[in-house]
Amino acid sequence: MTAGRLDHPAARQPADEAAGPQSPPAEAGEASWVQQALREHDEQAREELARQQEQAGNHEQAGNHEQAGNHEQASPGAARHVHRGSPQPLPGTVREELVLERIDRARRSRPRVREDRITMSHGAGGKATQTLIEAIFLDAFRNPLLEPLEDAAQLHVNGSRLAMTTDSYVVSPLFFPGGDIGDLAVNGTINDLSMAGAVPVCLSAGFILEEGFPVADLSRIVASMRAAADRAGVQIVTGDTKVVERGKADGCYINTAGLGLIEGDLLLGVAQARPGDVIMVSGPIGDHGVTIMLARGELGIEADVTSDTAPLHGLVADLLAQADGVRALRDATRGGVATILNEIATAASVGILVNEDDIPVRAAVRGASELLGIDPMYVACEGRLVAVVDPAHAERALAALRGHPQGAQSAIIGHVTAEPPGIVQLKTAFGGTRIVDLLVGDPLPRIC
Amino acid sequence: MRFVDEFRNADTAHALAARIAELCEPGRQYKLMEVCGGHTHTIYKHGLEDYLPEQITLVHGPGCPVCVIPMGRVDDAMALAAEPDVIMTSFGDMMRVPGSNGSFFDAKARGTDIRMVYSPLDSLKIARQNPDKRVVFMAIGFETTAPSTAMTVLRAAAEGLRNFSIFCNHVTIVPAIKAILDSPDLRLDGFIGPGHVSTVIGCRPYEFIARDYGKPVVTAGFEPLDILQSIYMLMLQLSRGESIVENQYSRVVPWDGNPVALKAIGETMELRPYFEWRGLGFISHSALKVREKYAAFDAELLFSVPGVRVADPTACQCGEVLKGVLKPWECKVFGTACTPETPIGTCMVSPEGACAAYYNYGRLTRTRVKEASRS
Amino acid sequence: MCLGIPGEVIEFLPDQPDLARVDVSGVKRVINVGLLSDELLEPGDWVLIHVGFALSKIDEDEAAAALSFLQGIGQAYEDELAALQESRIE
Repeated sequence: MTAGRLDHPAARQPADEAAGPQSPPAEAGEASWVQQALREHDEQAREELARQQEQAGNHEQAGNHEQAGNHEQASPGAARHVHRGSPQPLPGTVREELVLERIDRARRSRPRVREDRITMSHGAGGKATQTLIEAIFLDAFRNPLLEPLEDAAQLHVNGSRLAMTTDSYVVSPLFFPGGDIGDLAVNGTINDLSMAGAVPVCLSAGFILEEGFPVADLSRIVASMRAAADRAGVQIVTGDTKVVERGKADGCYINTAGLGLIEGDLLLGVAQARPGDVIMVSGPIGDHGVTIMLARGELGIEADVTSDTAPLHGLVADLLAQADGVRALRDATRGGVATILNEIATAASVGILVNEDDIPVRAAVRGASELLGIDPMYVACEGRLVAVVDPAHAERALAALRGHPQGAQSAIIGHVTAEPPGIVQLKTAFGGTRIVDLLVGDPLPRIC
Repeated sequence: MRFVDEFRNADTAHALAARIAELCEPGRQYKLMEVCGGHTHTIYKHGLEDYLPEQITLVHGPGCPVCVIPMGRVDDAMALAAEPDVIMTSFGDMMRVPGSNGSFFDAKARGTDIRMVYSPLDSLKIARQNPDKRVVFMAIGFETTAPSTAMTVLRAAAEGLRNFSIFCNHVTIVPAIKAILDSPDLRLDGFIGPGHVSTVIGCRPYEFIARDYGKPVVTAGFEPLDILQSIYMLMLQLSRGESIVENQYSRVVPWDGNPVALKAIGETMELRPYFEWRGLGFISHSALKVREKYAAFDAELLFSVPGVRVADPTACQCGEVLKGVLKPWECKVFGTACTPETPIGTCMVSPEGACAAYYNYGRLTRTRVKEASRS
Repeated sequence: MCLGIPGEVIEFLPDQPDLARVDVSGVKRVINVGLLSDELLEPGDWVLIHVGFALSKIDEDEAAAALSFLQGIGQAYEDELAALQESRIE
């Protein structure tokens, strides 16, 4: 028998005949969503066919064809511009634009959580997390203070402007090169407050401890937290402790809340990004996530990477003191820089274009990422911020960042564009362009 | 990074692009298929289509081993994972492939012990560490990965490991290419040949394509310049009316392949009489299974798998995308009901699937892309 | 098709002939080199790594030849462009 011969189903072995193909069980909600998509597609196909048939009636010999671009606005029966001698639209180009429009509409539609159980994707900081937040939490709790979904909520209390944030830390392993869960807890909370332009004032610390967890480890973690708080000039003013049975809580989980004071009428927020704005990052990306992945020891990779966990309030203070025109600040944690860029693009309905060449990545982080098939842009940092700055003030902002030890390797990585709204693009080192979408799933090593 | 960065030079790319354009006969359309999912990924990731003249269309082939696994086999794997004392190990790419009842990822959320590994050898480590459990490795991939699985089985045998087996879904590339060539739906002018598969099988197996079907083949590397150079070499052949097999990836691919790797495969595995491929149907002698000598490591014998054929969901057009008949965005549910977050079929969930590559990287028309990069 | 990365062989593991430590841009990993048992592999050699195995030894001469072809194309292109612009000036 020649390899590769496509066998007719009739030539199958008898054993196979017994079990014919089955359709997968249809789930009611799923099916309707698919049916809707199919309906929209068929509708568009019918419209297009009608348009093409009408066009065929308008043809002259030399082949006047509608310019591809006009199809975007045209609806059946609307006036159309027929350009003589315009180039034949590429076979399929028109179709592609219509499809992309449909996809755009689908992406903007109301978020729904389709799964019936929580998966690890919901915690990765990407699309699933966002959908969960919007469809479940925002939907239930909705109020004007929550809606901006920034790193910290901004409140007015008796004439003062406060920033409030909360975070939970579930990192594994608890101790890793560059720090531990305690460092993350304090620094991370401080950073969320700093991104609102707030001066951090105090933190709370709630602990969920697993039965059997060594007290010595707890002391180590707490010592780290004290040191981190001292460095940042904040105090941990209240807390809570719970213990759960062996097997739950993976050693130690920490939850924090942070309170800060916003001075004057400073207003930062990603929705303020405007076309022309400059985007900068305060240092090499992906250090923390790669460190954690390697520290788990499952991948057998040794590398000289350490977590970049650090408090950024000093860096932010310098930046805001020395430069005007800072529109927004975000610290890049789960989901990495790519997630931040997408949040900016969506919140402000702008496009973003970044240059791969300009994004700082340590060689070892790049090597580990290549080995694992992941993209550093999606890997968590814990001591890096992304700033959106008015172009008139960009140079000063960059200088301010670089002047501070936490921002020594700051770099301008791209800028905000008007089109296409909501889309982040990357100009590759190679010169081509590609999209940088929201992370889907957990960064899975690409193997095959 | 050495052997990587040098093959990403933009100026050389422009030069190659100009040469390629020069070789296009006026008024003629060219369709070149890149077989490997890895090539599809590179093409979109680096925006290579921006460099090609409009006369050349790249058609995406079925060389994505995750994409071609039919739903029934995914269900079989899920059944294996669900066995009470089984630890299922799998490459990351398989984790979100949808079966009839969700994916590995969903099963993991329900409590099934499924672990992601980087190498099949990691599964051996897990087996050694968990003597009271049975570890099953979901073996997928073309001939690139089969030798690694083979070596792992040999090592397990040498160690006398009693709690390790593989669920073998390795497939071979040549039958898939032949099925494409024989398909009446497609008229291709040339092939960008698989890169890493060729390190194992060499370039000779593609000679029938040039000799019997008259289509040029160039085995290509995975950096952007590799692919552009390969397209250049194909266009050169086409302009001269030639059809031979050439090796652009000669720094990695030996013309005769890797005999040690082939021997390892031959020792542990043999061809199945036929195997079902998503979209391409049943293809004879296109997949591998564990040899009787190593039956102790064959999960299909150690466990009972349902072995039920499951048709793709009616909305799914993965089959046609895999054959190159449909472009990803021509699938009725592309990007709307089927997205990387909520995949209906495999092409959208594997990082090397054409739909995933297009959705994640290339999802703008050429005009929009050019506008954006000028702003 | 499948993810393969070039890495440099640093050393062989003394008690395990099939295993070698490789370096990829500063990141080190132990991989199995059993598939290259036919080749003479030495520290400093470069290999293609795939799922924890070395699949092929990278031929540095071929790599150099490939690069010089590519550079040549780039240079020839630049020369042509230059010639084109010169002829315009006249």
